[in-house]
Amino acid sequence: MVVLKVFFPSCCSSAESGLLVGHWIPEQNSAVILAVFHFPFIPVQVKQYLSEVRQVTQVNVSVLGTWSNCKKKEESLSEFLEDLGTIFSHEPWIQLCKETDSKFWSCSVIQKHPSTPKEDEIILVYYDQRKVMLSHLHPPGNLTNSTDHKAEDASKLAVIFDTVAKSKVLFMKDRYDYGPIKLTHWQSEGVEASIIVELMKQASIPVCMLLTFLLSFVSSVCKSRVLKFWPLSFIWSKLSTCEQLGHRLEHLQVISSNRKAQNQPQLMRKANIFVSLLADVALGILLMSWLYRKNRIGHLADTLIPVADHVAKELQGLLQWLMGVPAGLKMNRALDQVLGRFFLYHIHLWISYIHLMSPFIEMILWYVGLSACLGLTVALSILSDIIALLTFHIYCFYVYGARLYCLKIYGLSSLWRLFRGKKWNVLRQRVDSCSYDLDQLFIGTLLFTILLFLLPTTALYYLVFTLLRLLVVVVQGLIHLLVDLIDSLPLYSILLRLCRSYRLAAGVKFRVLEQRTGKPLRLLMQINPLSYGRVVQTYRLPTYSCYPKDSWGSLCKKLFLGELIYPWKHKGEKQD
Amino acid sequence: MEERGERIALQCRQHSASCREFSVRCQPVQLRSLSAATCSVWLAAYWLFVLTQNSMVLSAAIFITLIGLIVYLHFVKIDQESLLVIASLGIQMTSSYASGKESTTFIEMSQVKDVVINEAIYMQKVIYYLCILLRDPLDPQSVSEVVPLFQSSKPRLDCLVEVYRSCQEILEQRKTVSQIL
Repeated sequence: MVVLKVFFPSCCSSAESGLLVGHWIPEQNSAVILAVFHFPFIPVQVKQYLSEVRQVTQVNVSVLGTWSNCKKKEESLSEFLEDLGTIFSHEPWIQLCKETDSKFWSCSVIQKHPSTPKEDEIILVYYDQRKVMLSHLHPPGNLTNSTDHKAEDASKLAVIFDTVAKSKVLFMKDRYDYGPIKLTHWQSEGVEASIIVELMKQASIPVCMLLTFLLSFVSSVCKSRVLKFWPLSFIWSKLSTCEQLGHRLEHLQVISSNRKAQNQPQLMRKANIFVSLLADVALGILLMSWLYRKNRIGHLADTLIPVADHVAKELQGLLQWLMGVPAGLKMNRALDQVLGRFFLYHIHLWISYIHLMSPFIEMILWYVGLSACLGLTVALSILSDIIALLTFHIYCFYVYGARLYCLKIYGLSSLWRLFRGKKWNVLRQRVDSCSYDLDQLFIGTLLFTILLFLLPTTALYYLVFTLLRLLVVVVQGLIHLLVDLIDSLPLYSILLRLCRSYRLAAGVKFRVLEQRTGKPLRLLMQINPLSYGRVVQTYRLPTYSCYPKDSWGSLCKKLFLGELIYPWKHKGEKQD
Repeated sequence: MEERGERIALQCRQHSASCREFSVRCQPVQLRSLSAATCSVWLAAYWLFVLTQNSMVLSAAIFITLIGLIVYLHFVKIDQESLLVIASLGIQMTSSYASGKESTTFIEMSQVKDVVINEAIYMQKVIYYLCILLRDPLDPQSVSEVVPLFQSSKPRLDCLVEVYRSCQEILEQRKTVSQIL
């Protein structure tokens, strides 16, 4: 049993009688109807028109059969329709007939060669021509990675989608064009001709060229050798603002390049970048307008200095507490005092630095606030940098504490090996047994005892400062997460999915329509839109920041061993 | 009957020789359990309110129940699962949620290798489920993916066998077609 499938555009269901024009796909045994030609016509003209269409669209469009839409069945008409089959020879010849008052159509297929098996079932599939034409099919994930294989193994539906999309030229004529042949298919309401759109199109070319020129100038300045010297390049790599600016520069270069996007993903990428840039700048300008109204910058500067002072005061209090008997722990008094005084001196330095800065803070903030017009992400990156600068003392404390603690831990572990009569063999990278002298053992044991008894004091300092450091890192991480979110969110695709959900298709779904015995099975093909998760996954814009590579386990191990954890994202570079 | 002992109904419609639809209707939303959950949340909120004298707790509780209800009806509770098998086109799975949302997946016939009943260990018991084996595009003999069917309603074996027989009948048609061509 062979099943014949007829894909019929639902907009043609009210068309007048005529010829069915479409594409026949022999491997699938299915016919994709694209348009209906109305009576009267001259067969020669139809053939000529079809050959023109074939040349333009590269789709093998031909007359597939006849379509009759009449009140009653007329014998003469049906004979005439059969005769048409001899003029436009096609195998098989499809005859669709709709009676105005019934929903059920009759369909018959005429085969000329009796050798082929008799087709005893026909499925009518209605589709929305406009939606199918405009939609872009996203094959499921397992197919996308085998691109070379896809060409020959393209799914059946993709072929149908492709056919309809390619014959776009056929639909381009709007309803006010009168050619030699009248035909029905999906018609646009006429191209909207707006002066503003045309002007913008014209203006976009010089604007793009100007932008490209400016960008090339800026990027050449950035790449110049003056900025490549050691201290400057080091600072650039550490400031997240610079990275964000560089990222945005790349985006602008992509947008303003006059190369046309070749395929759909590239086009979407450009549009996504453009929309996200616009949204970013709009948010930034909103923030700026909020900041510069009612002298909010001044208020901010006035509160910032006391806050920094307050933090320093709190730290001083914490150190005083640690130098006494923190939480009832009995510490090594001498070491405790030394460490505490060391850190107190640091805080003293810090406070004097802040007071030195205080007259300029408002001006700095005012100029920094201007950068918000470059986008919200830039402003956020600057905020992150300011936080990093203002909590520099916490970072210093953390580094001192961690180094001290690390030293102790390593000393203890090597002395513990000595205790057991073993040692670390550097050449073979393993632990060997070794016989020690009595003196060595004595000294080792003594040092081990001293280190062991001093460990709680350093560990406490390390613990407290690590917690403070982690707090700062978490705040900075949240800001970076927000920046990444704004950077990578494909806003255009999401808007497209929201408003024109058929444009991004994950596949199709069928609905069985009401039917009657003896008439062909009728299905309605609808487009199954892509889920939001997959939209974001497919069109996500790449971001510059690499996420911390170590897992939670390795992070905990590092914290325990006292190795430094870096807040800055360029961990990989540091280790190299 | 379902694995857990709840009542479900299997409906089988034959649209034509090569097109069949099976739909499994789960138990509708139980008013009793829903109201019990709502009441327990509100009672707990009221108890907290008495303790803390903070009216924020009550409004938070109302919001939590509302959001929870919407999420439950829209994303969790599946009302009906149906399977549409069309011999020449493919297999379509639809699950409709209690709120009316429908999620549909369509698998083309060229990708379908077979439909089988599988057994799996679920919690502490062995259950049977129907699944579609997808053909690997690189190697037609091997299976690339297994798509389970009727995941939320989990019908019992006798129900599955019925669906399986019908599916196999339709898949047989497909095989004879390919032999002829």
